[in-house]
Amino acid sequence: MAEGSNLEHLIEREYKAGFVTDVEQESLPPGLSEGVIREISRKKGEPDFMLEWRLQAYRHWLTLREPTWAHVHYPPVDFQAISYFSQPRKDKDRPKSLDEVDPKLLETYEKLGIPLREREMLAGVAVDAVFDSVSIGTTYKAKLAELGIIFCSFSEAVREHPELVRKYLGTVVPQSDNFYAALNSAVFSDGSFVYVPKGVRCPMELSTYFRINAANTGQFERTLIIADEGAQVSYLEGCTAPRRDENQLHAAVVELVALDNAKIKYSTVQNWYPGDEEGRGGIYNFVTKRGVCRGANSHISWTQVETGSAITWKYPSVILQGDNSVGEFYSVALTNNYQQADTGTKMVHIGRNTRSTIISKGISAGHGQNAYRGLVKVLKSAQGARNFTQCDSLLFGNRCGAHTFPYIEVKNRSAQVEHEATTSKISEDQLFYCMQRGLSREDAVSLIVNGFCKAVFKELPMEFAVEAQKLLGVSLEGAVG
Amino acid sequence: MSTVIDRSQADFHRLAGFLPGHQTPWIADLRARALARFAEQGYPTPREEAWKYTDLAPLAGKHFQPLATRDEVVARVAIDDYVLDPQWPRLVFIDGYHVPALSMLPAGVSLAPLAEVLAQSPDTIKPLFTASDEARGFAALNTAFMSDGLCLRLTPNVVLEQPIHFIHIAHGGARPAASYLRHLVLAGRGSRATLIEHYVGEGADAKAGALTSTMTQCVLEEGAALEHYQLNEQGLSVYHFSSVHVHQSRGSRYVSHNVQAGARIARSDLHAVLAEPGAQCVMNGLYFGRGRQIVDNCTFIDHQAPHCSSRQIYRGVLDGESRGVFNGHVMVRQDAQHTDAQQMNSNLLLSDDAEADARPQLTINADDVKCSHGATVGQLNEDALFYLRARGVAAERARAMLVQAFAADIVSHMSAERVRMHLDALIAARLGR
Repeated sequence: MAEGSNLEHLIEREYKAGFVTDVEQESLPPGLSEGVIREISRKKGEPDFMLEWRLQAYRHWLTLREPTWAHVHYPPVDFQAISYFSQPRKDKDRPKSLDEVDPKLLETYEKLGIPLREREMLAGVAVDAVFDSVSIGTTYKAKLAELGIIFCSFSEAVREHPELVRKYLGTVVPQSDNFYAALNSAVFSDGSFVYVPKGVRCPMELSTYFRINAANTGQFERTLIIADEGAQVSYLEGCTAPRRDENQLHAAVVELVALDNAKIKYSTVQNWYPGDEEGRGGIYNFVTKRGVCRGANSHISWTQVETGSAITWKYPSVILQGDNSVGEFYSVALTNNYQQADTGTKMVHIGRNTRSTIISKGISAGHGQNAYRGLVKVLKSAQGARNFTQCDSLLFGNRCGAHTFPYIEVKNRSAQVEHEATTSKISEDQLFYCMQRGLSREDAVSLIVNGFCKAVFKELPMEFAVEAQKLLGVSLEGAVG
Repeated sequence: MSTVIDRSQADFHRLAGFLPGHQTPWIADLRARALARFAEQGYPTPREEAWKYTDLAPLAGKHFQPLATRDEVVARVAIDDYVLDPQWPRLVFIDGYHVPALSMLPAGVSLAPLAEVLAQSPDTIKPLFTASDEARGFAALNTAFMSDGLCLRLTPNVVLEQPIHFIHIAHGGARPAASYLRHLVLAGRGSRATLIEHYVGEGADAKAGALTSTMTQCVLEEGAALEHYQLNEQGLSVYHFSSVHVHQSRGSRYVSHNVQAGARIARSDLHAVLAEPGAQCVMNGLYFGRGRQIVDNCTFIDHQAPHCSSRQIYRGVLDGESRGVFNGHVMVRQDAQHTDAQQMNSNLLLSDDAEADARPQLTINADDVKCSHGATVGQLNEDALFYLRARGVAAERARAMLVQAFAADIVSHMSAERVRMHLDALIAARLGR
């Protein structure tokens, strides 16, 4: 079968971002205890309230059990075998500018195709790159500072702007929210912090590249973005990780706060190591992302392209608290080989005339298992709430799975809630039509898949959209059913 | 919850010597095992995913006792209101037992009360009980206490022209009664029949209430066709739990019309296995909620073989402080290629305090399939109401017309005209106020 051999050929393709940069790491020994948390806090020079907050989370975490309800299967994670802190050396004399950054790190970014300086000059994107756990270079900071925008690493925010951190941290995702959020709250290493003051429209896309580098290091980012009244910001997050045989745990927490008339757009391209074709290795991506539209007329939009990770467990959600607030969720999730994804969103309508849109596209190939799990909840107070949900799945091959588990709970009669989902494969007719017009089978599939995902890609910022299409192509090329 | 378990065990010890089939060791064992399984957990709680939206706490303090024998049944009940067509063969049951005086059995069909079969020739139906030997919760309780029901066996190529009308009345005597009914339908190769299960009655009185638990097992052999109605119009103090298990062979067709219009808590489970190619399964559901009713529909369609199709349409009309739940799950197994499955749930909220919860689920493990599902929650179309009002139709009447139209999508698929008329009248009476 021609298609079969094509598929094999392409599936055998190695993970392109799979390499390890040889930088000495200063890590804590594996294991988790109050001592480890105190050590993390001390190393980062945090104020007391932060340490107390971490310890509170840790004590709560001890009372929790790992959730098992998701449609994913994996061997139990040994939380004592993970090292909870690692950072590149020379942390005492942090680089003040890119010139001081360890050239090896810069090389890593070069290999990944994200040359910081080039971006700085050409794309006008401010990049806050996280290499393992500590930020190593921040650009355009001065420019943003002029407008009063704070864009820095989380550790820096804790030191420089403790009042803001204290005011907002944990107000969207409390320490006790769930097992992984509690773990993250206890041990988070670093992440990004954004504050856009009243009435300011952030002039550029803010972006962070995450990269897990040291073997055996769970990375626990914490991101907090606050858009004050009338502010607007667009944030990009992209990830790749070197290949490795052992599973790595990644439990991030992202909190977004939008006040009156504010708008936050959060885009993710996730391409972490998915494991090999036998399902060995790969990242466990257990993430809690949530935004709250606290003010009237506020707007939060999540866009994600998930092609990596062995297991994805992720539900970027929006609490629509303010009247007339809007929540959006656009997602493309791809699972190939033995990847598993259980992803979706929660839209909780509290305010009057709140609106939400959910567009989810799942693609499964090989033995991939792809589940959409979502909740649309309309509370009694949400007069005139409106939701539209569409979840489509595309299947390649008869060993993969596509599942849809929506939950719809409506307590207000003036609400309009619609959900629809379809599952199909690429039809021979469509392929025939394209190939008849001179496209190769692969190009035809790529064209159709891109068409399938278009509703989501058009929500991504330009550079990201291009990258996402490429990524999807690489992950799927030739997997014609 | 331990009290519920204790009471069930006490009831069981009191009744075990009377329940049909008690002389047959395998039946006695089956009952005892089922009770043991129930005693492990008691009633299901909202912590279980399948019972997430239905809290059985109101049941915990109540003690519904099954009657020990047929003799305890109070037979003086007028059934005229419940008979949909006097020509139809019918079986009338009161509080879990068959009342021969009110029934009219057809000639030439193997149709008998289950109690009779369990007492006289239990081994002929033994294989049908293997599946229920794992169930928990209400299904286990039902197996432990099943007192009677209907046993319909269709020989190959038999075609029943008239529907069989089963009527169960929750009547209750001096105390709140529990009825545990078990029905068996064995449709032989190429046979064709219509079965109407009809549940009515208020229990002893509105305060005491009653509990009706019913389980139906249908086996459809090759090419068999069964149209299966379940009409629940029990009083608002009755707790109604029904579950249906269907096993379909090649080319068979099962059509369910499930109407839940009564009971304080009505829970309906429908589970169909499409085991061989070409099987067709249709599930139409219509549910009405008013007062503080909870109507919980749970369906599971298991596509195990290629070239099968399933259609599900569930529609809910929710008023008062009621809650309507649709929890539908379509599973397509790995080798079930060319499956065509559709699932749709729509809800109308008529009051500010009503709630609709929808959970349409797809689990798909084959690629060459056509599966879709959808769910909506909304209210009556303002434009349509305006149109009718502008033409001089009173507000109440306009609302009733629109609800009738909404329900028509389900009702119009029913082939028994008498049932359609009955439901139209029921909807009109509900909305006429």
